[in-house]
Amino acid sequence: MNLVVIKYNAGNTKSVEHTLSRLGVQAVITDDAEQIQNADKVIFPGVGHAEATMKYLKEKNLDKVIKNITQPFLGICLGQQLMCAHSEEGDVDCLGIFPVKVKKFKSADNHIKIPQMGWNNLYDLKSPLFKNIPDLSFVYFVHSYYSEVNENTIATCDYIHPFSAALQKDNFYATQFHPEKSADAGQKIIQNFIELC
Amino acid sequence: MLTKRIIPCLDIKNGQTVKGVNFVNLIHAGDPVELAQAYVLQGADELVFLDITATVENRKTLIELVERVAAAINIPFTVGGGISTIQDVDALLNAGADKVSINSSAVKDPSLINNLSDRFGSQCIVVAIDTRKEDDWKVYTHGGRNATAMYTKQWVKEIEERGGGEILLTSMDHDGTKNGFALDITKWCTDNLSIPVIASGGAGNNAHFADVFNFANADAALAASVFHFGEIKIPDLKMYLKDHNVPVRL
Repeated sequence: MNLVVIKYNAGNTKSVEHTLSRLGVQAVITDDAEQIQNADKVIFPGVGHAEATMKYLKEKNLDKVIKNITQPFLGICLGQQLMCAHSEEGDVDCLGIFPVKVKKFKSADNHIKIPQMGWNNLYDLKSPLFKNIPDLSFVYFVHSYYSEVNENTIATCDYIHPFSAALQKDNFYATQFHPEKSADAGQKIIQNFIELC
Repeated sequence: MLTKRIIPCLDIKNGQTVKGVNFVNLIHAGDPVELAQAYVLQGADELVFLDITATVENRKTLIELVERVAAAINIPFTVGGGISTIQDVDALLNAGADKVSINSSAVKDPSLINNLSDRFGSQCIVVAIDTRKEDDWKVYTHGGRNATAMYTKQWVKEIEERGGGEILLTSMDHDGTKNGFALDITKWCTDNLSIPVIASGGAGNNAHFADVFNFANADAALAASVFHFGEIKIPDLKMYLKDHNVPVRL
């Protein structure tokens, strides 16, 4: 399989590469539009700032490339947020694949920390992405921004209130958590993306 | 529900794991990659690797170790020790570390916290503090060897304002004693900061962990030798915590 991991200024691609290699997949790490368009599957990891990253994607013309992908596509963390319509992080318009906004968590109490950092569980799992992943499985989150639960939500998680832990629309999949850092459950989710999506 | 994190810390010297008792008298405690894999299987939520020699010559050895660890484990890990530049952080994150921990270099130049946080995101910048109670809690640097004039309560607020992502708070008064964590300063930090606090120093039994989570509201707790020598086993600890109303990942 020709699997491409998009490399860009906010990508921490190493962990994704390691997870793929444990699954026997040798990924191509690139920001080259043609290689991305010709891939069988695409993973779009991300750690960083929404506004700065959108600017970079536009400069490289990757925003149009991503929106027009027809192959199975998986965004991770900031990747999911960038696939939404708008982010409060820098008040920036994003790719608009999912017609939802990305908002900042608000906590009135220092005992509820922002970012959410650590292991939390998933429920209302609805996609082949989560085949054989039991309800309430734990995955690893690090984020200050979230999308509300909506018609594209395929996994829900609670922090302060329910939010979209994963989204899907057509060929586009996205997780707010880091499957590449979520032990065996995370590895299974990436394996499902490779084998079932 | 977001769970409390249990974090074994591996002190590294020349690519091997060691643990200081009160920061001296190092005892050999195994191969870091092997130990890391064992902790993942036991249910550790994160790992911390602390390079206690942290010299320029050892940097390359550390980077190679980080690469081996990243290839071997699938939970988040933090690397600390001797980090003082953007280049250091870039090299460690590129080698596969999820977070870096800075300590003395941040005390020497607090703007380092802003610079690293702006460049890499605050979520990967852990600021570690070694602290000891005098008239109030004070900040020490260089592995606890050097006293400073700084007060810990002021320093943690400054770290938060400058964009630090997490505080790793080690009480030198408690470290190595196995008499429990420093509950008062840990609680002060969790009450007064909006960023997560990792409590460190003094773990001796399961009840100490329950106390630091239930009383001091720590977001995570870190320990070394009690895990390395099997005095506390992570699966048993997590069952104990669950029975004492602490949310944990099982």
